[in-house]
Amino acid sequence: MSGDHTWSTAAEIASAVGSGNVSAAEVTAQILAVIDRRNPVFNAFTAVTAERAVARARAIDASPGKSKLPLAGVPFAVKNLFDIEGLPTVAGSKINRARTPASRDAVLIERLEATGAVLVGALNMGEYAYDFTGENVHDGPSRNPHDPARMSGGSSGGSGSAVGGGMVPLALGSDTNGSIRVPSSLCGIFGLKPTYGRLTRARSFPFVASLDHLGPFARTVRDLALSYDAMQGFDADDAACVDRPAESTAPFLEQGLNGLRVAVAGGYFRKGASPEALGALDTVAKALNAREIEIPHAHRARAAAYVITATEGAALHLERLRRQAGDFDPAVRDRLIAGAMVPSTLVVKAQNFRRWYREAVLALFKECDAIIAPATPVTAPKLGQVNFTLDGVELSVRPNMGLYTQPISFIGLPVAAVPVPLKPLPIGVQIIAAPWREDVALRVAYALEKMGVAAAPRPRL
Amino acid sequence: MTDKLDSYIEAAAEALNLPLDPAWKPAVKANLAVTLGHAATVAEFALPDEAEPAPIYKV
Repeated sequence: MSGDHTWSTAAEIASAVGSGNVSAAEVTAQILAVIDRRNPVFNAFTAVTAERAVARARAIDASPGKSKLPLAGVPFAVKNLFDIEGLPTVAGSKINRARTPASRDAVLIERLEATGAVLVGALNMGEYAYDFTGENVHDGPSRNPHDPARMSGGSSGGSGSAVGGGMVPLALGSDTNGSIRVPSSLCGIFGLKPTYGRLTRARSFPFVASLDHLGPFARTVRDLALSYDAMQGFDADDAACVDRPAESTAPFLEQGLNGLRVAVAGGYFRKGASPEALGALDTVAKALNAREIEIPHAHRARAAAYVITATEGAALHLERLRRQAGDFDPAVRDRLIAGAMVPSTLVVKAQNFRRWYREAVLALFKECDAIIAPATPVTAPKLGQVNFTLDGVELSVRPNMGLYTQPISFIGLPVAAVPVPLKPLPIGVQIIAAPWREDVALRVAYALEKMGVAAAPRPRL
Repeated sequence: MTDKLDSYIEAAAEALNLPLDPAWKPAVKANLAVTLGHAATVAEFALPDEAEPAPIYKV
């Protein structure tokens, strides 16, 4: 026993395992024990792959090259839409439980394990990722680590809950409209949604092919960078994955803000934000000396993302709606049925606008290197809360937690979500960079972490 | 518009062979109304005929 590693960072664990100060088996045992203790409260895990994890940890301990593995012995878990060999990929649904168990892990799991990481399980999520709450009618909700009566955020709610709640230092999730950034914000952790096409989605269950991204969650920026660097690289099995060389980010974090011009999004991105969201944004803006800019037509971008999501999601699930409508989460089913009825002419218009908007936003990056914006309009709502009031208008929580994330993922920009540790509940800020400049987003996030402005608060558990 | 949307939903469900339990209709209608509202927000922004869609999206 070499200390408690249940709140250690991935970098600390990798260093300790690599140098032989602790065994991967010991870290894995501690993590499995803490999952066993905390998961009954937080409901973050839907499957724990203990036997596999123990075997993998022993193999790392026996490896002569373990000191060179950047994630040696680092436990991680994945949203249950990633294929895990031997398990059906449920994607938060009841319907998918009948799927044939996956014959092979998702590519990103393979890449993390190739650098020494140890998969410990699958994580709860909103059904078929059509969700911003973290609630799930089949598995029950994943719960917020800072208040189990509150939402973890969705759809990667289990990922937020597990990392924020100290059950794993690292998790993977997906983000179509905000599903990495929303749980990061509500659970008070760091999240990275890379550029669209950067990380392969091969052997993960899709939602909206035009908008789906995968990415990591962690409690420090360095851990985000280490895991992201381990997962980069072209993969022909994902049609959207772009063939470009891996571009490491971890070695450049220390460059900090040097030479970077940061702007803060005004207009749409302040409308409807709670005092907490605005307070966090203003604190970050001040720390970065950011000047205000306007992202043009952001409301329309969000509207277009909404239309594409509803219709592509409906297309994906059309046969399941016809045959097994009663087996869906009703909230998801009714949105998908409505999506199936939207005329295709309107979807084409949304895709037309997408290209126009992309050009308009890319022009902004001639004047700045990063843009900050709120991640969510509010801190974590109570579980079961259906509506909230934003800017004097009562709106449904489920689709509207993504107000500020949707206009960004709509054009695939890379974003690091950073937690501002407000009390009693944290809230996130988005650090948005130009395409393929994850390094910039992570450098800004790292600088904020160094300044003490961004931090993943440790919950009292 | 309200009655037209009800009629449209019933006709679309029939044409698309989608099940539509009467109990689901109010939520389907509410969701469709929101989505069509968003679609109108997009459509009201005039783009030239030459504007290309981005169905395959390379950033």
